[in-house]
Amino acid sequence: MSKKLINDPDNLISELIAGMLSAHPKHLTTQGVTGRAIVARNGPREGKVGIVIGGGSGHEPAFAGYVGQGLADAAPLGSIFASPSPAQIVDAGLAANGVAGVLFLFGNYTGDVMNFAMAEEEMAKHGVTARSFVTTDDVASAPPDQIDERRGIAGNFFVFKVAGAAADQNASLQEVEEAARRANAATRTMGVALSACSMPQTGKANFEIPDGEMEIGMGIHGEPGIARIPAESADAVTDRLMTPIHSELGLMVGDKVAVLVNGLGSTTLLELYLLHRRVAEMLSDRRVEIHNSWVGEYCTSLEMGGASVSLMKLDDDLQAWLDHPCDTPALQIGAPRDPLIASAPNIPNPRSQEANSPTNL
Amino acid sequence: MSVTPRTELVATGPITPDVFRQMMAASAAAIFAARNWLCELDGAIGDGDHGITMEIGWKAALAALDHAPETATISELSEAIAAAFLDAVGASAGPLYATGFQRAGAAVSDRLNLDSAAMVAWLHGMCHGIKDRGGAASGDKTMLDAWLPAIDAATSAAAQDATVKTCLAAAAEAASNGARGTTQMQSNRGRSKKLGARSIGHQDPGAASTAILLAAWSEAVRDL
Repeated sequence: MSKKLINDPDNLISELIAGMLSAHPKHLTTQGVTGRAIVARNGPREGKVGIVIGGGSGHEPAFAGYVGQGLADAAPLGSIFASPSPAQIVDAGLAANGVAGVLFLFGNYTGDVMNFAMAEEEMAKHGVTARSFVTTDDVASAPPDQIDERRGIAGNFFVFKVAGAAADQNASLQEVEEAARRANAATRTMGVALSACSMPQTGKANFEIPDGEMEIGMGIHGEPGIARIPAESADAVTDRLMTPIHSELGLMVGDKVAVLVNGLGSTTLLELYLLHRRVAEMLSDRRVEIHNSWVGEYCTSLEMGGASVSLMKLDDDLQAWLDHPCDTPALQIGAPRDPLIASAPNIPNPRSQEANSPTNL
Repeated sequence: MSVTPRTELVATGPITPDVFRQMMAASAAAIFAARNWLCELDGAIGDGDHGITMEIGWKAALAALDHAPETATISELSEAIAAAFLDAVGASAGPLYATGFQRAGAAVSDRLNLDSAAMVAWLHGMCHGIKDRGGAASGDKTMLDAWLPAIDAATSAAAQDATVKTCLAAAAEAASNGARGTTQMQSNRGRSKKLGARSIGHQDPGAASTAILLAAWSEAVRDL
């Protein structure tokens, strides 16, 4: 039986939401009848494509931690490791709607695909165009010739960031989708699990990893990976994770990447920095430049032990979208700003369009 | 959908709306009792939450049945359970069972009570709703590997003029065998598909919960 700091498991998600709101009152609010949609206070606006990211709970700070100005407008919270329901997704979608369409972004899991598809149909009944984009960055979950079958894991961080930035720059729904597609195509992740997580309701380990062993390629819900091997050093594990990522991205001398070393829940920052040290060493040997790095917990798996390494191979656009300012509980880039001032000067202010006052154009 | 006045509904058969409520309460209790085992089965080849997901769904279903008017028909009760599963659950079980219950309810919209043929029609609705929503086929190592043999067995029994009780018992037995049979299958659907051959040797949790539901329904009508 695992020990957890929880109250009644039936209230777990509502208490998680209450805690996120009490901790981040300037960033977050909720909207809709289900009470499961966390919405950016300063995110959705007329004329901007609404960005909705989501999935099950248990991955904090994903997904609601990335709700805020310049990134996602709303996130529906599912139960632990379970997709949100269509009603919960629709609450988020309607909150994010700025009459330019809504893009749902989520990892490639059967449940999420079904629920978001039903939510798309429901959004259409409300007169809102919603489209779905699934992330597929997990190298270990399917071979390269079945790339569309892959799961979405920590690398969805990069895809969400890029889509959020493109939308914040007033790109159209089709353009935001294309930006997400480019980010997803340029992103690869591989993880390693050292110890199991346990469901709060049962307290029982989801799987067993004996002492002295690790599982390469395990999913963020404890889905079995590709190999169970004796535990190895940080450098040896990093080499195992980096090799397929490096080869699939086809990194060449002079390429630039963004790096995410992500802790799965109970692995120390100290260990994550050791992994990053080796990642940086390998990239430096190949004369690949690191544009930016994030090291910490960005997409967890309850209290699972282990880590993942994600790389996004950058081009000028992806780099600019990555650098675009955002202000969310889990990620801040650049200085917070007024969204109206931040709009590109040659783009009409959407609020004044709404007010129908041509003098402002 | 036009609503048939209650007085014009077909009233033959032993499964009244009250008996149907008892069946649903029995299946909820059986799922709650098996919660941890279903999570363990799911932990082996999936994400370990199937017992929790089904518990959330059946809790919502019980609440929906409590809120349904006393005069609600089996069709309306099925619709209420469908809505509960759809809104409360998420995961893959939410849309699958929501569509199943919706289709099952629609299949008996002309009935007040269910006889053998109508009970089988209701089961067909469940099975085909799940099949159409999820797109899985027989042998994919999913809940359909319990549902499909169950409706085949119930259909055969009904064709031989069996009682509702006998039809449900046949369905339950076939579902149980079907669920056990998934152990030897390699997954071709959902999260466990990624495992390939490593999924062999583990019973599919969705098929296991299907067998639990059908056993509970069969047990609930044993004394009819």
